[in-house]
Amino acid sequence: MNMNYTAEELAFRDEVRAFLDEKLPADIAAKVKGFRRLSKEDHQRWQKILCEQGWYATHWPEEYGGVKWTPVQKHIWDEESCRYGVPRSIPFGVNMVAPVIIKFGNEDQKQKYLPRILSGEDWWCQGYSEPGAGSDLASLKTRAVRDGDHYIVNGQKTWTTLGQYANMIFCLVRTNTEVKNQEGISFLLIDMDTPGITVRPIITLDGEHEVNEVFFEDVKVPVENLVGEEDKGWTYAKFLLTYERTGLAGIGMSKAALSHLKQLASRRLKNGKPLLEDPSFSQRIARVEIDLTAAAISNLRIIASVEGGGVPGAESSMLKVKGTEIRQSINDLARRAIGPYALPFVEEEMDLDYDGEFLSDKDAAPLSAQYFNNRKLSIFGGSNEIQKNIVSKMILGL
Amino acid sequence: MDFQLNEEQQMLQDTVARLVRGEYSFEKRLAFSETDLGFSADFWHQLSELGLTAVPFSEELGGFGGGGVEVQSVMAELGRGLCLEPYLQSIVLGGGLIAHAGNDSQKENWLAGIASGELKAAVGLQEPQSFYDLNNVETRAEKSGEGYILNGRKAVVIGGHCANVIVVSARTSGDTRNAEGISLFALSPDTNGVERRTYPTIDGAKGCDITLNNVQVGADSLLGEEGKAGEVIEYQAGRAIAGLCAEAVGVMEVANELTLEYLKQRKQFGVPIGKFQVLQHRMVDMMSELEQARSMAILAASVADSEQNDERRRVLAAAKNVIGRAGQFISEAGIQSHGGIGMTWEYNFAHYAKRLIAINHQLGDDDFHLERYAALLQAS
Ligand SMILES: Cc1cc2nc3c(=O)[nH]c(=O)nc-3n(C[C@H](O)[C@H](O)[C@H](O)COP(=O)(O)OP(=O)(O)OC[C@H]3O[C@@H](n4cnc5c(N)ncnc54)[C@H](O)[C@@H]3O)c2cc1C
Ligand SMILES: Cc1cc2nc3c(=O)[nH]c(=O)nc-3n(C[C@H](O)[C@H](O)[C@H](O)COP(=O)(O)OP(=O)(O)OC[C@H]3O[C@@H](n4cnc5c(N)ncnc54)[C@H](O)[C@@H]3O)c2cc1C
Repeated sequence: MNMNYTAEELAFRDEVRAFLDEKLPADIAAKVKGFRRLSKEDHQRWQKILCEQGWYATHWPEEYGGVKWTPVQKHIWDEESCRYGVPRSIPFGVNMVAPVIIKFGNEDQKQKYLPRILSGEDWWCQGYSEPGAGSDLASLKTRAVRDGDHYIVNGQKTWTTLGQYANMIFCLVRTNTEVKNQEGISFLLIDMDTPGITVRPIITLDGEHEVNEVFFEDVKVPVENLVGEEDKGWTYAKFLLTYERTGLAGIGMSKAALSHLKQLASRRLKNGKPLLEDPSFSQRIARVEIDLTAAAISNLRIIASVEGGGVPGAESSMLKVKGTEIRQSINDLARRAIGPYALPFVEEEMDLDYDGEFLSDKDAAPLSAQYFNNRKLSIFGGSNEIQKNIVSKMILGL
Repeated sequence: MDFQLNEEQQMLQDTVARLVRGEYSFEKRLAFSETDLGFSADFWHQLSELGLTAVPFSEELGGFGGGGVEVQSVMAELGRGLCLEPYLQSIVLGGGLIAHAGNDSQKENWLAGIASGELKAAVGLQEPQSFYDLNNVETRAEKSGEGYILNGRKAVVIGGHCANVIVVSARTSGDTRNAEGISLFALSPDTNGVERRTYPTIDGAKGCDITLNNVQVGADSLLGEEGKAGEVIEYQAGRAIAGLCAEAVGVMEVANELTLEYLKQRKQFGVPIGKFQVLQHRMVDMMSELEQARSMAILAASVADSEQNDERRRVLAAAKNVIGRAGQFISEAGIQSHGGIGMTWEYNFAHYAKRLIAINHQLGDDDFHLERYAALLQAS
């Protein structure tokens, strides 16, 4: 048992810190730390810096421009980048479709798409969910029918995160209706500029435009955009979901959010004293910090076992549930900390460029919206109920 | 023992229910919310035409002489419709403060107008540093000639953007957190030195922060005895808490109805999701939270207009605590059981969820009232 970093790991952490000290743009970090909105340009600017450093594609083999980090190094990166306010990489290209292309795609697809993901030329979105296929993803209906050198795609995807920025979408489509649900699905790469595609915004309860509906009407997709074999897409999709699940626990993000909460609570007053010194509020914070400590160690245990050659299994499902609950309680406390000021919805103060007087605390404006927005954490990436179903089946044999 | 409304009370509730059903569709509400006024002037007018704005006022004022139960009947239905009109602020709290503390001429000046809906009142009791403690008042009122000069800031005044009369607390003596030395003033927002910063609220309503910068008011602006408003404020805030509890129950009812309907209609894995036991049990929990909340709202209504004492204080603190917790549970559980659709602006559930969370931030959240209750705990 040794819970300390090795000398090399510590050296790596110093390298990460030196890099972030030097290269992370202050305006972007401030937005991330204050829960402000990031523009497409912010993401792209930061991606370019990361790519120049060679640290963008941490899941990829080196031959494609990836960097070979150990699970512990990835963890160090995650911790440090959350602490510094590094924007979360939009995962759809670099962490989702790329591993699928690398593992199941052909050489042409690798040559074509991987460099464009690295350069930021392509912005990908994920076309899995449909109105009728959420938790029951395999029941998806979007149809692709082979017609010479093309597939003709008809149907609808929904909840497509940041689809409004994307020029590429990877989709699960039904190519065979004669077989069991899981066996008739294919994995298609689709250019969003193809005629017949319409993107419509879905506004979420906090007033944000973050997700979309994507409609396909007789969309012609070249056959070479099929990844792997026809009707085998479900296998690839599941491979991708395991990638999605690790990291969804958001331990680093919870640590950053907790530190933000404590700073906020040290500025807000109750009975003339900082809220952080209030017996009942400080106990609420203490409880979530304790839970987070435990979850962070669970996370390290998973990382260590992966480092030793293990595969993250249902433990990552349990951690996803715990981790999202913890983040949601931190958001709950932040909203509580501003008391009556949880009500005003002062959009202009959410912009970092805002130079007027703040209604209350400088960080108050996004807090209620953030609380509501993060209810999504227990819904997407496999809802927490679905994660628990996985655990009962896979670990407990129920 | 009888928990039924009497015939008159039932008629009252049915009247409001019918009006809300007819005039307050979800689509209309979204449109009302986006106007500058932030609610429907027309609906307000209809409330007034039907005499509903006069419910809690005495018969001399053209009122109905209604008490806690009558207010509860109205508020519950306004809650079901997520109505944005400042009924609680103007009729229950603003009107309540003036009726409680005002002298005859002040009542004459304002109450008839408030009761008829012609005048709208808003109430500024909180301040940036006060959190939920209404005795925490830094705003100062200095004697000046016959009247006073007010300086300070009042926080999150719901409905303050459109009010004709604003009732604010200000300190005429004592230290910031003293219950003694607080006075109430009724003033017009047009008075020199009154500045309002208006904003929408997370639940679709509108409010403002009010800065008072050397605001000169006459002696006729002081409501009640100088320095003695602490008790009035506590009492009237209690009536408003009972009103909020009733509203919350209406909101929860619809939230639960929507969720239950969705569980029966949404299919995944070839069955309605309501067939999954985890969702069934969560729905049952949502229903029992609602029952807890309903019981406490009834209890709160029963003491809303009774004499002030520790028992009344305990009941109101307990009720607001239960409502806060139940509201958050129903809001979060309901979103979760809906899945993605519960997160969207276009579907009404999310707006019910937001109102429930917002109610917890009005007149004290569950933590605040838990502490209040604990401080009043009886030894046996
Ligand atoms: C903000 C946001 C962003 C998203 N981004 C994307 C994206 O970019 N791309 C994409 O493809 N999808 C995306 N999704 C979709 C997401 O993956 C789905 O919302 C999720 O899979 C749940 O599906 P659903 O919303 O249809 O809910 P449903 O599946 O209808 O679930 C409703 C409720 O039923 C429960 N339930 C369902 N089945 C069971 C069961 N068997 N046992 C117990 N309980 C069950 C669920 O847990 C949930 O509580 C996003 C969703 C959100 C909210
Ligand atoms: C102190 C005590 C006094 C009792 N007195 C009496 C008495 O006077 N007369 C009498 O007749 N009986 C009596 N009982 C028996 C009691 O009614 C049973 O214990 C009870 O019905 C549960 O049955 P079980 O113990 O066989 O547990 P099981 O039925 O085997 O249940 C085990 C667990 O599974 C859960 N479970 C079972 N079915 C489902 C389902 N469909 N969905 C979800 N969860 C489920 C249960 O909730 C429980 O958690 C008594 C029991 C106790 C402990």
